Amino acid sequence: MKKVVKITSLVLLSSSLLVGCGGNESTDEAAATEESQQTEGTETQQAAILEEEANTYKEFAMEQLDQFVLETEQFVEAVKAGDVEKAKELYAPARMYFERSEPIAESFGDLDPRIDARLADLEAEGQEENWSGYHKIEYGLWEEGTTEGYDETADQLLNDVKELRAKVETVEVSPDLMITGAVDLLNEVSTSKITGEEEIFSHTDLYDFKANVEGAEKIFEIFKAKLQEKDTELVGTLEENFATLNDLLAQYEDGNGGYVSYEELTDEDTKALSTAVDELGEPLSQMAVVVE
Amino acid sequence: MSEQNEKNMLGKKISRREMLKITGIGSAGIVIGASGLPGILNAFGANPFVDDDDTAVNKIKFYGGHQSGIATPIPEHVYFVSLKCKAKTKQELKEMFQLWTNQSAELMNGRFVEPLSDNKLMPPADTGEAKGLDASHLTLTFGVGPSLFENEAYGLAHKKPKELKDLPHFPMDQLDPQYVGGDICIQSCADDPQVAFHAVRNLIRSARGKVTMLWAQTGFNSYPKSKNKKKETPRNLFAFKDGTENPHVDKPQDMNDVVWIQPGESKGWLAGGTYLVARRIQMHLETWDRTALQEQEATFGRHRDSGAPLGKTGEFEAMELDRKENDELVVPEDSHVFLAKQVKDRILRRSFSYSDGINPKTGAFDAGLLFLSFQKHPKQFINIQNSFGKEDKLNEYITHRGSALFACFPGVKKGSYLGAELFQ
Ligand code: HEM
Repeated sequence: MKKVVKITSLVLLSSSLLVGCGGNESTDEAAATEESQQTEGTETQQAAILEEEANTYKEFAMEQLDQFVLETEQFVEAVKAGDVEKAKELYAPARMYFERSEPIAESFGDLDPRIDARLADLEAEGQEENWSGYHKIEYGLWEEGTTEGYDETADQLLNDVKELRAKVETVEVSPDLMITGAVDLLNEVSTSKITGEEEIFSHTDLYDFKANVEGAEKIFEIFKAKLQEKDTELVGTLEENFATLNDLLAQYEDGNGGYVSYEELTDEDTKALSTAVDELGEPLSQMAVVVE
Repeated sequence: MSEQNEKNMLGKKISRREMLKITGIGSAGIVIGASGLPGILNAFGANPFVDDDDTAVNKIKFYGGHQSGIATPIPEHVYFVSLKCKAKTKQELKEMFQLWTNQSAELMNGRFVEPLSDNKLMPPADTGEAKGLDASHLTLTFGVGPSLFENEAYGLAHKKPKELKDLPHFPMDQLDPQYVGGDICIQSCADDPQVAFHAVRNLIRSARGKVTMLWAQTGFNSYPKSKNKKKETPRNLFAFKDGTENPHVDKPQDMNDVVWIQPGESKGWLAGGTYLVARRIQMHLETWDRTALQEQEATFGRHRDSGAPLGKTGEFEAMELDRKENDELVVPEDSHVFLAKQVKDRILRRSFSYSDGINPKTGAFDAGLLFLSFQKHPKQFINIQNSFGKEDKLNEYITHRGSALFACFPGVKKGSYLGAELFQ
């Protein structure tokens, strides 16, 4: 919940945060001073340059959320039809669309918790009465083995997801949202996915894990061409570290397009994953050179 | 810790990492406009290095014939970390030590590891928790373990001295794999625990992907001040003065005999270097605390309060092992000091106490000694430890849980880098 507030305020920040350090190298100090006096001009220029990237990202997020609506519809249908098995099958893959686009999905302080709150988050605030969304149904499916009594939650979920999709149209995507978002996606992995705290009933954490990584990788892909101009080495390192992490994750594919239960992972396994995430996160946070 | 004079070149600050790349000390990966290059080279010289800043407060020199943190006074805190090396090539390994060289010099000047960037979308280049603190006598000591030479990717096998191998198993050892070995070690000592930690944290951060942490141990020493303001010998957690009988760090002869590897004594790259033994030794405080004072003193062969040899009054009075009273040895044959003196070997001990909360299995204190010793050959340590063997009365109260051996590079010459003799 706290993280939601943080992200929201970031979205509201305009691109004035961007620091103009001009891409064109000049040779003498005089030119340098001149350049720094022109910071404002450079700023606008930078914002304009990255507009294309921001648009591409927004399109991506909207596609993901379109799909999220469709998959949630099917999930909700299964829940309301009382088909526990079917609902369990649809649960984790549907959530991946949400997890991939989290930097944007999270920008709506009230919707995100309605869709994605974990019981533990609400308990901490004495709000368990207000629990709703995916994880509440997860509880029904895996803990209680039933969908009975969850019709209302299911309807509410679908409404919330549709509202989210509609609202995304209004989000102003800026490079800082993307840069912060990419790092936050990995931070999510480090703080809740690695510990298996995200999906405590279904143990489908690896789906969310993979989706968060894909979300971060997408942002990197979008910036790549620009990044290549600023720091080739960084691009190489990021490609390599994404590959390492993806290879590690691939070891846990279940052969049916999904992932094994998080409970099957040993301490050694999670340590290796955690290390790979940290090794990726550090250079990923340097991606901000793209605005310089 | 203060911010560096901003390196405001070309209207933009250049991070140390970038600087290394640009000037070719680092990898040649970066492409820079041809016109920009000469300007930068002129500004930093072909081989930029961070110099010792003699005006810095509470500073210990980074450059010199030997690494700091060995012959320098023992400060109050240590953060010791053992690392696994993941660098893929010798070149990568070398670049890491080059980066660490400049960063260490900067840290020991009491400054940020890197100047901060203007770009607020970047995480700060320095983690920042030492801001406002001075150098606090920070020392950073780097060593390499036997396993580093076994990695074929580095092609260092022929440079491995034959004495650089895992310490043998000793009779009373109960090692926990969690605290054993390592490819690289960093010993960070300072009078302030946050300064010591900050240094390690930033060095690890800048090398992420090239190293992972295997184990770490913090430790402390406290110095009562005597009337003439001279630092007294610190006490360990058994309340005995620890470090009384040690080579004199300010006597070159002593240090050359015991600690510094002389040319010809080992592989060439180690001349001026030394071996570091690290042992994490648990001390069973609960059993110790129910032991009679007389027994406690007999365990070491010294008086507890004064630190004097048994039967004497001054801490630094000579230990006479064959002294008898009523036909019995005054210093018992199974006492720690008696046994240590049965071999000719000497070592420089530079240990720290630790207390790490509670042992989850027993509910007892998890406390003890991070035993650190420096010697020109591991056998000096091995011989003493074997002399203790099963005899040492101290064994009843301690258990060795961790062990590692590292070869510490010689000191760094200005303009050169840590381990240059090994990697070039
Ligand atoms: C928790 C473990 C240990 C404790 C509490 C301990 C404590 C002490 C104490 C109180 C002294 C006497 C004061 C002094 O000269 O510093 C001493 C001396 C000494 N200790 Fe230890 N020690 C421990 C482990 C070791 C180990 C592992 C070694 C090396 C193998 C070692 C080697 C020595 C040596 C060489 C001396 C000096 C003996 C002499 O007077 O010539 N100690 N130790």
